[in-house]
Amino acid sequence: MTRRRAVLFVRIAVLAGLVASLEICCRTGIIDPLTIIPPSDMVASMIDRVGSGELDESIVNTFSTIVLAFVLAVGCGTLAGALVHRSSRLRDVADPLLASYYSVPTFIFYPLLVALLGLGKAPLVVLGVLSAAPAVMISTLSGLDSVSPVLLKLARVHRLSPVRTLWWIVLPAALPRLFSGFKLALSYALIGVIAGEFILSGTGLGYAISFAYQSFDNRAMYGLMLFVLLVAVIANGILYAWEGRLARRRSAG
Amino acid sequence: MSAAAVSEQSHVALNGVVRHYDGPPAVHALGPIDLEIGRGEFFSVVGPSGCGKSTLLDVLCGLARPTSGSVRFEGRELHGEVPDGIGVVFQEDSSMPWLSVRQNVAFGLRTSSLSEKEVAERVDHAVSFMGLAQFAGHYPAQLSGGMRQRVCIARTLVLRPRLILLDEPFGALDQQTRLLMGDELLRLWRETGATVLLITHALDEAAMLSDRVGVMSARPGRFIDMVETGWPRDRDSRIVSDPKFGTLTARLWSSLREESLKTMGRAA
Repeated sequence: MTRRRAVLFVRIAVLAGLVASLEICCRTGIIDPLTIIPPSDMVASMIDRVGSGELDESIVNTFSTIVLAFVLAVGCGTLAGALVHRSSRLRDVADPLLASYYSVPTFIFYPLLVALLGLGKAPLVVLGVLSAAPAVMISTLSGLDSVSPVLLKLARVHRLSPVRTLWWIVLPAALPRLFSGFKLALSYALIGVIAGEFILSGTGLGYAISFAYQSFDNRAMYGLMLFVLLVAVIANGILYAWEGRLARRRSAG
Repeated sequence: MSAAAVSEQSHVALNGVVRHYDGPPAVHALGPIDLEIGRGEFFSVVGPSGCGKSTLLDVLCGLARPTSGSVRFEGRELHGEVPDGIGVVFQEDSSMPWLSVRQNVAFGLRTSSLSEKEVAERVDHAVSFMGLAQFAGHYPAQLSGGMRQRVCIARTLVLRPRLILLDEPFGALDQQTRLLMGDELLRLWRETGATVLLITHALDEAAMLSDRVGVMSARPGRFIDMVETGWPRDRDSRIVSDPKFGTLTARLWSSLREESLKTMGRAA
């Protein structure tokens, strides 16, 4: 068994062990089912809820908002990062702000966003972008910093135009760090949007979880939580696998 | 001799080249330098650290403009752009980690108007010439430092440059690999007929490989000695056992010692 497979096996075994322990604790009454329901019930509830079609609109709403926030965050963050990278003065101003950005709880601006933009998708998208874009910006700066000066010299030796230099040298060289930013952005966009729905929105999966919680409908709440968790893990897993493929080329072995 | 006559005879000609860097503090990095390199010559430059060897290379290939003076390649003056026909190999590893060996070598021809078949032929030739055929599908991270540098040389080779500039290309390699890479370089020089300018800090490397060695002073770098080696064109690293090799290396060191002491802040 290769080392990578062994690590994967142990990881799955640890997770399966935790889930099995939870199942046993819930079934034997060690954990009150009013607090947590058994994982098998969570799965059944998730299948019931998602299969019934009653959540279709919420699912479409939430994930389209997340995708929109993610795409905007990647676009705006990359562009802003590239602009700041070009100017050392702008960099001096932006660096400490970016470093302390995540100490600001952006959710406190949600009421303001609702007042400005209404109760629709817009405040949620803005909240998602506010959460995700700085991560992309930070990773863009770090990615552009990581491009070796000798590769830029090489571009000049080969008389590459600025666009070709960007496309053939700068972007591929910076890609590993850009990718880390994209991964973070997806997580932040997801957290931003679902938390936004949870707090104030009248639609979406976050709202559905909040509604189930307030109605003491534990079964529905845990089923929906599991669904959101699974989607987040699968989306991140796809990016993680893609990143791994890129990284393996660049590392020995 | 008129400038026109000089440019007809020499492949590369530098006339009164001076390079300053704007401060603060302003630095007079190079010159004045007058130099002619003949077509097909193997010319090396040695000098103390920080004497402006790399600046000379940048000016020579058009990556940097001289503050005053002129640089001519094949009779045409350079104006801050690398002209067609010049290939450069850098000291730092400039292989692209996201491309395979073959793709790295083919990178040099991405902007060429050659047909796919011609590109493939040139790439195959350069890859096998540098002994990389078995590793064509490997990525740089899977290769040793010496092999990565060979990839960079192959990438320059596919362009069929008439002037090859090498900026301490073997600086990061161990002594044995350097000697063997020196042999590869001599073979490349003989078979392509290109003019080669090698910047190096290794006196033995310069003495072994070159037809002529220029010794530079401490900053601002100027040529303080020109040493003709007199080696036959068909040579390899075995000439290090020739007594003349020791004499040449000793002469280079005696020219350079005082200048090296200056860079350490000490008089001779």
